[in-house]
Parts: sequence; structure tokens; C-alpha cells
Amino acid sequence: MSVNRRSFLKAAGLTTLSLAGGKALASESLKKPWIDSGGLKAKRWAMVIDLSKCREQEGCTACTDACHRVHNVPEFENEKHEVKWIWKEPFHNAFHEQEHEYTRDNIKHSKALVLCNHCDNPPCVRVCPTKATWKREEDGIVMMDWHRCIGCRYCVLACPYGSRSFNWRDPRDGIDEVQEDFPTRMKGVVEKCTFCEERLAKGLMPACVEACKEHALIFGDLDDPESEVRAILKERYTIRRKPALGTEPEVYYIV
Amino acid sequence: MYDGGKIIAGLIIFLALITFPIWYNVASGKANYRPDPKIVTTEKQCVEDVSYMKASHMDLLNEWRDMVVREGHRTHTAPSGRKFEASLSNTCMSCHSNKSEFCDECHDYMGVTPYCWDCHIEPKEGK
Amino acid sequence: MIEKALTGDKRYWSWIAFLLVLIGVGTLAYLRQFDFGLGVTGLSRDVTWGFYIAQFTFLVGVAASAVMVVLPYYLHNYKAFSKVTILGEFVAIGAVIMCMTFIFVDMGQPFRILNVFLHPSPNSLMFWDTVSLMGYLLLNIVISQVTLNAERKAIAPPKWIKPVIIISIPWAISIHTVTAFLYSGLAARPFWMSAVLAPRFLASAFAAGPALLVILCLLVRKFSRFDPGDAAIKNLAKIATYGMVVNVFLVLMEIFTAFYSNIPEHLYHFKYLYFGLDGKATLVPWMWISSILAVISLIVMINPKTRNKVNWLVFGCIAIFVSLWIDKGLAMVVTGFIPSPLGEVTEYWPTFLEFLISIGIYALGALIITVLYKVAISVREKDLPVPAPVREETEAVASESV
Repeated sequence: MSVNRRSFLKAAGLTTLSLAGGKALASESLKKPWIDSGGLKAKRWAMVIDLSKCREQEGCTACTDACHRVHNVPEFENEKHEVKWIWKEPFHNAFHEQEHEYTRDNIKHSKALVLCNHCDNPPCVRVCPTKATWKREEDGIVMMDWHRCIGCRYCVLACPYGSRSFNWRDPRDGIDEVQEDFPTRMKGVVEKCTFCEERLAKGLMPACVEACKEHALIFGDLDDPESEVRAILKERYTIRRKPALGTEPEVYYIV
Repeated sequence: MYDGGKIIAGLIIFLALITFPIWYNVASGKANYRPDPKIVTTEKQCVEDVSYMKASHMDLLNEWRDMVVREGHRTHTAPSGRKFEASLSNTCMSCHSNKSEFCDECHDYMGVTPYCWDCHIEPKEGK
Repeated sequence: MIEKALTGDKRYWSWIAFLLVLIGVGTLAYLRQFDFGLGVTGLSRDVTWGFYIAQFTFLVGVAASAVMVVLPYYLHNYKAFSKVTILGEFVAIGAVIMCMTFIFVDMGQPFRILNVFLHPSPNSLMFWDTVSLMGYLLLNIVISQVTLNAERKAIAPPKWIKPVIIISIPWAISIHTVTAFLYSGLAARPFWMSAVLAPRFLASAFAAGPALLVILCLLVRKFSRFDPGDAAIKNLAKIATYGMVVNVFLVLMEIFTAFYSNIPEHLYHFKYLYFGLDGKATLVPWMWISSILAVISLIVMINPKTRNKVNWLVFGCIAIFVSLWIDKGLAMVVTGFIPSPLGEVTEYWPTFLEFLISIGIYALGALIITVLYKVAISVREKDLPVPAPVREETEAVASESV
């Protein structure tokens, strides 16, 4: 596209005008300094949830609040349209086959923190017809591409843990304060926890891990023998949800 | 031609109706309208050259979309060598914070409604 | 040949107008759903697939059942079906289009549906389902078009159509097997995780489809001069009967495995269906009606004395169709979600809007089948003698005798 005199003069005039008038409007050049630190990297991200520590704070919703705020997760009155990425589920729902009539009371009546398990063998990835959800080979995170999702909800069927939510209506109707640096989603797509991959890219820990005051959520590289997650797994007995299904979930629980 | 008068009259009316958008816009002066996007930032240089952005900003955004979401690469290097975060909301909109006077100017004129804004948050314009 | 559908009597046009009204209402209802989102339906976070997908599942079976007329005629030269194959193929076309429309209205982002082809995912059964449905639609359109055209010109169809027809036979089996695979490979849903699901789907398809065809043949006989033939109708009835026998048998197999093993994960879904769970029992009356209708239909259809009498036959076929519609179109899909993977019981019932949209789609299918049948019947009718007007004869005879 060649620039003729007329359009050059127009552009010059505009720039001068905007410099004069726009100075009042333009505050800083870029919203946030871009951290090109390369981010946190791992071969296999995993999480250990210490339910005994989590139980210390009954009624605590710090992780849920942090995650849902940072990611613009909507809240609706109608339970049928609920969207949640991380939440507390009654113990007998989350660990049905690990429980019996005489389980210790403090565990039996407790709540377990549940989220997407970022399985090594994810059934949701297997059934997606558009690869809108896939497992990242570099670090094992099961990702979501909200541009590509056609909203068929097959992945919701395939997930044995109930981790996925569908947007039955425009999510913006259910968000009070929108966080501007993370997009909302639109109606008609499925969403779930992404292990805060956008925060990991900026060198930050997942929002839930940071928000937990009890340090009940430990996040790290399963492939690194020196990591905190590996240390805990070596030291304590841990269980996973529905292990018999062969999904190989990467969220471990200390009961 | 049988009913020649009616046919020719009908043809003329049809042609007048079908070319209505063209001659109406010219007659009312609307055809002279040119979109006039306003720049409000003090930044001198966009993430790419202006001519490229004018012609292909949608291609760039599509590239960024797959690059960031599907490949996990968040850095865009401008021709000047400067690094930017490949993000519509955080990078593009931080300079072009006046969506209604910038983005919408051309989009409304061309009659396109990109659905980016269904998800990516546009900055509040507090005029 | 489509011009043959543009001529008809008052009855024909009133039926077409009625269907168009239903389609219009359904379209308006869909626009509302498109605007707000799928939240206008009775679906929820726990029950994510409901009425739309259940109708799709049921109609895929009806579409596949065309093979039950094509196979005997083309592979085994069963002459009685020569006039009926086209009717089966037209039902298949209407059913497949309804299937595709039901899927379209169920998508959260329907205009992105091309992504399934832009980013093919062979690991996903949904990808294969779209491929097989589109292929089946194409096959049936080509086959019916070519054979009917040849019949209209009173010549033999071109030789190349024979292998195409042969391909359509395993393809028909495959569309319903693939649809069953959508469900039966999911470790997360023990209600569907059964090797017997695909055979059960096929058996119910081969019962419901021919039952529908019997009714349609009787309607064609009533409303036009074309008679598909007693032999064809009787044999379709026999096929529907055997299909229903196998289907009921397989259902009993599933019930045995669930109740005898007593494994909660498998048992709870059946409990919900037949007895209710946690005090929630919306589907219980429907399931018992379906089961009772199934038994009654078997009694009527197995006994040749009743099966060969038109009134009993109609009753039996309607009983088969309704019983299987309740089973597949209402119960089967929804129950996979109840209880949820987290053990919660969330019930589901379609909303009024969902119902309107579904009626609109059924009307669309009925319209397609009506138009196609009109074409086929017109082609057949022109070779049939027009019956002599009775009144004139009696008058002439009367005047003669006077």
C-alpha cells in the first residue's frame, strides 16, 4: 500500500492532535510490564492436596474464590447452570469407593477439594471431535481452546470426575467484577481448570496454591526427583480418585 | 411486445429498487463517509508496521490465538526487535483503549462483528 | 421428479401447511435458544445431554432400519420387497436429516461445527459419527434417486448402482453401531459401559424402523392408489417382531447383570429408572409403560392370528414404536447421568421450548418424507389403472332396467 501525500498529511495531523488531546487519556504505555521470564517449566505438572490441612479450616473457600475471581468464572443462582473449576465436594462423593459405614467421623463428614485431575490418560481428550481439549506433551496439562470448542459436551460425558462445566448462558451475566487481564468465555463452550497455565507462563504459581493459607496445595514437577511433590509422595501415603478407571489422574490426596 | 408498457415500467421500478443502496448513499452524502479511527496512545510503534496492521491485523490475531493457546508461546517480537505479550486485551487494548473510536470505526463501517469481544474484555471507556 | 410433489389435493396441502407451521414455530423457538444459550433447556451441569440427543439416538436407529428392506431384496432377491425399498430409503433420508438437525440444535456453538472436519480427530467417535451419517445420507439420496428415475423411465437402473447399494448395507449397520459406541466406550458412565449396548441399539432399530414402515405402507395404501403389497407388509411385521424379541431379550440381560451383581455403580441407574432413587422418580411411570407396551406388543406380534389382522397389526406396531421411543428417546440417554459421577441425583425433563424445537424438527422430517413419498407414489401411480367411476355405471344400469 503506497502512501500518498493526502493520507500522509492526514496521519500527521491525526498524530499531532492525538498527542495533544490524547495525553490526557493515555496513562501508561502498556497495562502491565511484560514478564518475559520464560515462566515456570515442568515435564509433568502435578498437585498434592493435603485434606488433613484443608479440614483445619472448615468453610474456607479461599482457593475457589481466588481461582474463580482470577479467571472470571461466573456465578448463577440456578444450580443447573453452575460453572466451577475447583470446589469442595462431600467426601463420600469424591471418594465413594474409599469410604465405608465406619469411616472416621471427621473424615466421613468432611469435604474434599476437587478439580480437574489433568489425567495422564484423559478420556475427555480422547472423545473431543475438534481437539479443542488436548494434553500438552511438554508438561502434561490438559488444556482448553475456547476458540475451537463447538459445545458438544462430549468431554463432560467422558470425565469420570465431573470436573467440567458448560456455559449454558452468557457468563458475563454472572460476573460482578471482571478481571481485565483474563478473558471471560462465551456461552456454548465447556470450561475447566487449566492448572493456571497463563500464570505459570509468567512465573507465578496457580491461584489456588497461592491463596491457600494452610499450604494444603502443593504444586510441582512430578518428573523432578527434587520437587516438593515428589518429596511428599515419598513420605506420605496418597490416594487418587477412581484409580480403577485407568485415567492416571495427577492430583494426589493425603486424607 | 404484449403488455410492453407494463413490462418496461416494471423493469424500471425493479432496477430502481435494486440499485437503491447505491444511489441513496450517493444522494444523501453518506457515500463520502470515511472511517476515522482515532489513536490515543503515546506509543510510537505498534507490534507490527501500520500498513501491515491495516491490511492484516486479523491474520496476526489468528496467529496469536493459536500460538498462545495451542503452542504456549506468548512472546511476539516486533520488527524493531521489541518484545510484546501476544494478547489482545493486555497488549493491543492497552494502547488502543478507545474501542468505540478505534476498532469499531472501521468494523461498523464494514459491517463486520468480530466475536473476539464476546470473551476478550474491552477496556472501559470512561468518557 | 420433485415437481410431482407440487401437485396434490386439498388434504395433501393442508398436511404440508400444518407441517410448515410447526417448522416455523420450532424455528422461532430455536432463535430464542440461540440467543440465550442452551440454558433454556432442562439440561444442567449434571445432565448434559437430554431430549435432543436422545431423539438423535432414536432416529439413527430408524434410519438404519432401511437395511432391513434393502438386504432381503438386493442380496437375496426377495421380490416382495421390490416396491418397498424406496419407501425404506426415503424414511432413512428423512431420519438422517432429522438426526443432523437435532445435533445442530444441541451444539453450544453450532456455527463452529465445521471444526469437526477442519481438525479431524479419529480418536473421537463423534467424528466418525458425522462421517458415517453424511455418507449414509449421500448413499441413500443417490440410490433412491437413481432407482426411482430408472423406474420412471421403465428401464433397468445403471449397473454401477448395485455395488453402491451393497455398500449401503454394512454402512447402515455401521451408523448405528458408531452411535452406540459414542456411549459404550465411556468409562465414566457405567450405565452405558456395556458390550451389549450396540447389539441392543441395532435390535431396537430393526424393531422400530420396520414397525414405522408398516404403518407408513398402510397409510400409503389408504391415501393413494399404490399398494406396497400384502407380502411386503406381512414380512416387515415379522422383521419388527423378531427385532423386538431380540431387543427385549437383551434388555433382560442388562437387567440381570445389574441386579444380580448388585454393584452399586451399575445397579443405581436401573433402580432410578424402575423404582426411583433418593425419592426422585420422574421416569418410573414411563419405564413401566414402556415395558408393559413391549410385552403387549410381543404378544400381539408373535401370534400370527393377530399379526395378520390389520387393526391388531397397527396396534402392535404402534406399541413397538412407542415402547422403543420411550426407551431410547426418553430414558436411555438421561439415565446415564443419574446418578452423576459424584453420586448426585439431578433429574431432567425437557422444557416447553425444547419441546417446540423438537416438534419442529420432527415436522421437518415428516415434510421431507411426505414430499419424497409423494414423488415415489406419483411415479408408481401413473402406471396403475384409474378405477372406473362407480356412480355412472349404476345410473346407466338403473336407466337401462327402467
